[in-house]
Amino acid sequence: MKSVLDVTAVSMNFGGLRALNEVQLEVQSGEIVALIGPNGAGKTTFFNCITSIYEPTEGEVWFTPRNGARTKVNGLKPNLVTELGMARTFQNIRLFKNMSVLENVMIARHCRTKTGIWGALLRSPSVLREEKEIVDRSYELLKYMGLHTFYKELACNLPYGAQRRLEIARALATDPTLLLLDEPAAGMNPQETETLKHLVFKIRDEMDMAILLIEHDMSMVMSLSGRIYVMEYGCLIASGTPSEISSDPRVIKAYLGEEAHA
Amino acid sequence: MNELKKSIMVSLWFMFLTFPLMVIRVNTIENTVIWRWENMALIGIGSFVLSFVWRWAMRRKEAGDAVAASGEKKSGKLAELANNPALTNSFRAFFLVVFLVTPWLVTTYQTNILISFLLYVVLGLGLNIIVGVAGLLFLGHAAFYAIGAYSYALLNQYFGLGFWVALPLGGVIAALAGIALAFPVLRLRGDYLAIVTLGFGEIVRLVLENWSDLTGGPSGISNIPRPGLFDAKLSVADANIYIYYIVLALAIITIIAVTRLKDSRIGRALQALREDEIACEAMGIDRVGVKVMAFGLGTAWAGFAGVIFAAKTTFINPASFTFFESAIILSIVVLGGMGSNLGVILGSAFLVLLPEYLRAFSEYRMILFASAMVLMMVFRPQGLIPAKGRSYTVDDPELNAANGGRI
Repeated sequence: MKSVLDVTAVSMNFGGLRALNEVQLEVQSGEIVALIGPNGAGKTTFFNCITSIYEPTEGEVWFTPRNGARTKVNGLKPNLVTELGMARTFQNIRLFKNMSVLENVMIARHCRTKTGIWGALLRSPSVLREEKEIVDRSYELLKYMGLHTFYKELACNLPYGAQRRLEIARALATDPTLLLLDEPAAGMNPQETETLKHLVFKIRDEMDMAILLIEHDMSMVMSLSGRIYVMEYGCLIASGTPSEISSDPRVIKAYLGEEAHA
Repeated sequence: MNELKKSIMVSLWFMFLTFPLMVIRVNTIENTVIWRWENMALIGIGSFVLSFVWRWAMRRKEAGDAVAASGEKKSGKLAELANNPALTNSFRAFFLVVFLVTPWLVTTYQTNILISFLLYVVLGLGLNIIVGVAGLLFLGHAAFYAIGAYSYALLNQYFGLGFWVALPLGGVIAALAGIALAFPVLRLRGDYLAIVTLGFGEIVRLVLENWSDLTGGPSGISNIPRPGLFDAKLSVADANIYIYYIVLALAIITIIAVTRLKDSRIGRALQALREDEIACEAMGIDRVGVKVMAFGLGTAWAGFAGVIFAAKTTFINPASFTFFESAIILSIVVLGGMGSNLGVILGSAFLVLLPEYLRAFSEYRMILFASAMVLMMVFRPQGLIPAKGRSYTVDDPELNAANGGRI
């Protein structure tokens, strides 16, 4: 087991507001880790910090790609973080709405391909080959996520659950080492959640990927993740295996209030 | 019946509103008052008809929207024909032949109109990359047109460079200027970007107007040589036809280049930038690089067009590159359909050729222009020919089987 993501005491201030306070977190390769906590605990802020959409005020984020050296990520541009091998989905779905489902995934191949302006203008055989590879690989991923029947549709016309899966397919197209899922099951019905759970396992096993997810659906979190981190008011209050977490008094207090009898 | 009543109310209201202006004429010298009731009747009938037509059109539009919302696609015969490659190719060949032959059949004046039409096609396609594909509202395109034109004029005046050397240089200089403008406006979007680019356009024009030592100020630069054809002496008419062919070639190259760019990895990145900047970055696209690229790719075409414009008119001054010019180019793109190349070509035909052939109504040109724009935005906001993404087909036997053998 080697560490993929190593976050040491990251803090994030927005003016006078401390949204994250010395959060410490580690993800090993091949592991599924969940980050839970009440609304407004700072989970998404944490995601934004490690993907460099925000630059953390203090602390360091270290990332080790599959075949690469340990790199300090904070301060890098978000696109370079993705290129290193960290891909994410968004809590409020951010698809390229007016483009086809296939194109959505094709765009994510951008950082793994290299056709430039001249290549696009001249359309040499190598460029055409690369273009075909992009289409094939993207379609393969759509099939993997069970979206291939929609491939010609506009992304905005997909049903909600399929849009969430498309976001995951798009993230997978960047060939990540670590997949960050921000509430992948939000708004899904129990049946869709069940399918999603199997997909996440499948991705981990078949693609050799570490997965960090934020989720509110407790049954999914408990059955899916190897370890769980719990946040409240920007601080990490507990971490451990699902059974440890479900019996931790601080976690119960955070979720149910002071006088809980669990 | 209800519609009728509403229209009558509208016409009554308009008759009341315009009563003092249109009906009463007071002559203070002869102390007489003339009551022009016939005007009132005209306004009543006119507003009644207009309001009725307007209501009818709105009803139709709503019905159309409902059909579109219910997911029913009207894939008519036309769409089917457009997808037939043999037919589209023969159409293209037909238009190419028409355009190749035309200058020998029409007068010099008409060739001139066609030249300006093709120039606007090139300008529009360039702006289409920025506005239509990358979604950046850009109001200073004429500035880059000017930069191209002045590059040729000045390089020729001071260094004696010929047309064929200046043509690529003009494009490069305009692209560099576009890239230089891109850096300060990286963080801006929408209205703010529009204001800054509008300001940039005015700055360029004012510099050209006031830097008299270099650019000749408002009196411009004259005696710009026409492009040479192997030292042959061409008459004015022949030179015009020669330029026509150069513009035609440029327009064709532009169409091919822009189409290829749009369908490439770069083009997809530009479209992603239009859709969602944050998701774009999260997918590994360099936002800064792509934005700068969009500006450079779009403005280069304006530079080429500018060089040819200077060579065609042999005289340029800042008055040719006002904000009005930028507005026309933007209208071409919006009217034609943002992101759609065929739309831009039709748009420039509409906005350049129609005013020329309707000179009799030139006084009402701006009124027609404005009302056409308003109607367009209400009834067809996506433009004459809406942009259609490239459709990729995947050959997958499993999928075909699942769909019962049809794709």
